[in-house]
Amino acid sequence: MPIPSVLYPSNSDYPVEESLAIPDFFTDINLDQIVDAITDRKQDYNLLPFFYAPLRRIEEIKFRQDIFKDMENESVLKAIKTFAEKIALVRRYLNMIEKLYFKYHQEGWFLEAGVTYCEAVQGLVSDLQAAPIRSKGLVDLLDYIREYIVSPGFLILQSESLERKAELSSIQYNVIIKGNWVRVRKYESEIDYSKEVEQTFEKFKQGEVKNYRIDLLIASGMNHVEAQIVDCVAKLFPDIFKRLSLYCQNHTNFIDKVILTFDRQIQFYVAYIDFIEDLKSKGLKFCYPIITKDKAIHAKETFDFALAKKLISESEPVVCNDFYLKGKERIFVVSGPNQGGKTTFARMFGQLHYLASLGCPIPGKEATLYHFDQIFTHFEKEEDIRNLRGKLQDDLVRIHKILESATSESIIIMNEIFTSTTLMDAIFLSKEIIQRIIRLDALAVCVTFIDELSTMGEQTVSMVSTVVPENPTQRTFKIVRMPADGLSYAICIAEKYHLTYESIKERILQ
Amino acid sequence: MKAYLMFRDRDFNPQAQLPTNTPDLVHDLELNTLFNAMALGDSFLFDIAKTAVLTGLNDIDSILYRQELLRDCLSNASVIREIYQIPIKSMDREHRRWLGIFTHSPSGVLNSAVNLMDMFIVLLKELRVLADKHSEEFKSEGFKRFFAMIKHELSDEYFAEVEFHLKQLKFRDGVLISAELGKGNEGENYALRLPNGKKKIRLKDVFIRKSPEYSFTISERDDAGARALGDLKDRGENSAANSLAQATDHIENFFKMLRNELAFYIGCINLKEQLEQIGNPITFPVPELANIRQHTFQGMYDVSLALTMKQTIVGNNINAEGKNLAVITGANQGGKSTFLRSIGLSQLMMQAGMFVPAREFSANVCSGVFTHYRRKEDASMKSGKLDEELSRMSVIVDQIKPDSLMLFNESFAATNEREGSEIARQITSALLERNVKVFFVTHMYEFARIFYEKQMSDAIFLRAERKTGGRRTFKLTVGEPLPTSYGEDVFKVIFEKEVSNG
Repeated sequence: MPIPSVLYPSNSDYPVEESLAIPDFFTDINLDQIVDAITDRKQDYNLLPFFYAPLRRIEEIKFRQDIFKDMENESVLKAIKTFAEKIALVRRYLNMIEKLYFKYHQEGWFLEAGVTYCEAVQGLVSDLQAAPIRSKGLVDLLDYIREYIVSPGFLILQSESLERKAELSSIQYNVIIKGNWVRVRKYESEIDYSKEVEQTFEKFKQGEVKNYRIDLLIASGMNHVEAQIVDCVAKLFPDIFKRLSLYCQNHTNFIDKVILTFDRQIQFYVAYIDFIEDLKSKGLKFCYPIITKDKAIHAKETFDFALAKKLISESEPVVCNDFYLKGKERIFVVSGPNQGGKTTFARMFGQLHYLASLGCPIPGKEATLYHFDQIFTHFEKEEDIRNLRGKLQDDLVRIHKILESATSESIIIMNEIFTSTTLMDAIFLSKEIIQRIIRLDALAVCVTFIDELSTMGEQTVSMVSTVVPENPTQRTFKIVRMPADGLSYAICIAEKYHLTYESIKERILQ
Repeated sequence: MKAYLMFRDRDFNPQAQLPTNTPDLVHDLELNTLFNAMALGDSFLFDIAKTAVLTGLNDIDSILYRQELLRDCLSNASVIREIYQIPIKSMDREHRRWLGIFTHSPSGVLNSAVNLMDMFIVLLKELRVLADKHSEEFKSEGFKRFFAMIKHELSDEYFAEVEFHLKQLKFRDGVLISAELGKGNEGENYALRLPNGKKKIRLKDVFIRKSPEYSFTISERDDAGARALGDLKDRGENSAANSLAQATDHIENFFKMLRNELAFYIGCINLKEQLEQIGNPITFPVPELANIRQHTFQGMYDVSLALTMKQTIVGNNINAEGKNLAVITGANQGGKSTFLRSIGLSQLMMQAGMFVPAREFSANVCSGVFTHYRRKEDASMKSGKLDEELSRMSVIVDQIKPDSLMLFNESFAATNEREGSEIARQITSALLERNVKVFFVTHMYEFARIFYEKQMSDAIFLRAERKTGGRRTFKLTVGEPLPTSYGEDVFKVIFEKEVSNG
């Protein structure tokens, strides 16, 4: 039986070596923020490499989407989370044992790890069996664990763990402390004195009073006095403690390798689902994009993931946008007023494609996205503003490199190129570059202040950031497919200041 | 154990929410004079009196229950004062702070609680002795129940049981703690146990058993070991310490409650003794149902005025049976305000279960007392005077309910009489419509006349009397409103004084 993985189908040539190298474009489109936030609370699992490795085949993407869909079911997600919590405990107990001094203390925690491990595995099987799972990844895994739990190794571990635990739990003993003299004996049904006291004074009860129970901050662990007491207890119940020691000797290294791998890999899904849950609860939609080799793509009610997270945390509304490309259309040319959401749109376009390539559900109501080979981004580098010539040169070098490496299957995202040169230069250079992208037939988003770029051919689509007509200083953050017409915005501003043609005529009296 | 000296079936809450219009009531009805008379300089008595008077009773049965208790108190004043001293002692002793100091360790808590309980037991025994001695002298249902409860709950057997525990909890023979093995074989569920054969066999004997026992000793120099032992004892004693400490709290609360409830009666005794000294009569009022309209009294006077002047006050005799509206007009300084105040004071006192300042008194209970008095010019200058009056009225309208008692004193006169009358008319008509009982002291003849001419059967018109020669009697009589308020008289009195002084 092949070792099942929940990240890659069995015929896949993955897993390749895990890399911790952040892809170049990550910071430009804020994917670093998203991925860091997703993995932040799961540091123990080292999930970052999973997010740095996009999938190469559509069927692999489908494989993960199916697992995501299974995990949308609450009972599946809960089953996996319960399992994960228990395995985390097992790991913690085992690590802890190395730092303990007393034999019975170590053995006690080892037993606890064994008990918890069996519970985790057994619980996962029964929970998943009862849950509707269809994805190949989870079904294969369940098959594996089902076989595992009837294997002799597991069965013995399980039964012995439970027996040892039951025996130890049944022990009740008395400690009698007088001065520095400590006696230990079996418990002999002495009555609970606290209850006795409570009953005696019951009649004075007058409603709620202060709680005098001291929060004793009991550090887990065992000091030498407690250890001596347990030694005495062991003498009182010698057989039980003998069997415990035997159990510990017989079950070193009880954790199954496949289960250990699953425990880590499945966290890729859990982390992502947990992360988008917050946004979903605020009414934002997520969907499984259709991944296509066709360049007619679209998305509805989608949004910038990183920005949405920030806005939600500040209780601000999130504005969703739509886009599509049809026929020969390849390049979004985004223009319009500043701070209107143009760059956000560009980032969003990149995020959607990248997250889709990881097999994740993406922001939006529905989407069909392109199966790209690489993403290239060109965003302005702030510090270069001081050195105009250097910057232009640097820009051109970087863009050249992109155009060299890009293929017809690549996605290119360019944000405000050539802002610091003359308009004539900018128009000329930009046109040249757009021409090349058109020839390359790559998908691109180009944020620019140069309207002319939007009408360079049937490959370019004009998208414009919009304002509230009555109050042009207020942005809608809607990016709309419409002709780039710098004028409409200018007229709005003019009206507000009564500087339109008509207004000026009226104000300047003859 | 409940005292139930204020209510038949519940505790008196000294922190009860006072009506939101409390500041107005206190100011307009001179309530602090009443409270001070009840408190005699004791701020605690003052607070209790204030709460009791301002959170009165709305049903006749509860009022009569308290009246009965109060009669007992008035005729056994010295015994009541003696009982009142017991809770006072429980508060005063410095032992009270014991529990606060040692709360960082359960054995500290337990130790303090045992000591505190020792002291409380002494006081509870004192209470038993008083109950044994005086219970026969009390006639009211409330006190009979109270004394019977003390005798029953605080029996000799009970005291013996408590004392056994208090001795046991000093652990002279060691602490017995049971435990179980938790995760990692760490001990858990530590619980203090009472050694088998309690009360008959001494702890020492119990520990001598045939079952195996293993023991060890912590070296004298092993500080960490001693601490660890202390921790274990703490874990065992935590729950018992909590139980005992909570029991001391409960007993303390019992004493507090006893103090709260007796404080009201102490206040009433104080008040009665002062009024007696001045020579003013008191009577237990006859409360009527809220939906009936009754206000009939003989010799009803303003208790605040009596206490301030320290002299006998002439009371008013009115029969306002079936009346929902009383309009009071007439001479300046003719006793209109005093009368209105005495209406409000008597109502509050009656509903607190107190006696009232009158020879005879009967009135329906009301769901709330509200006052709207003309105020001095608004110091904050935020709004005009009529503005201010109307905004205050609006707050009252938010709170007032049917069968409330509404007292107006010169309200809405901050504008000309015609407008003021119209505003007052609209407001008053609406209140009457909603079954609010209205007493309206006014100078506005126009307003009084409108209602007088309606010839309503449920309205009564009272006039501050004017004897010939301008001498006032400070007594009100029934009579139609007159178009002048005799300001001229007042003017004369003052100017004549000047003339004669000059």
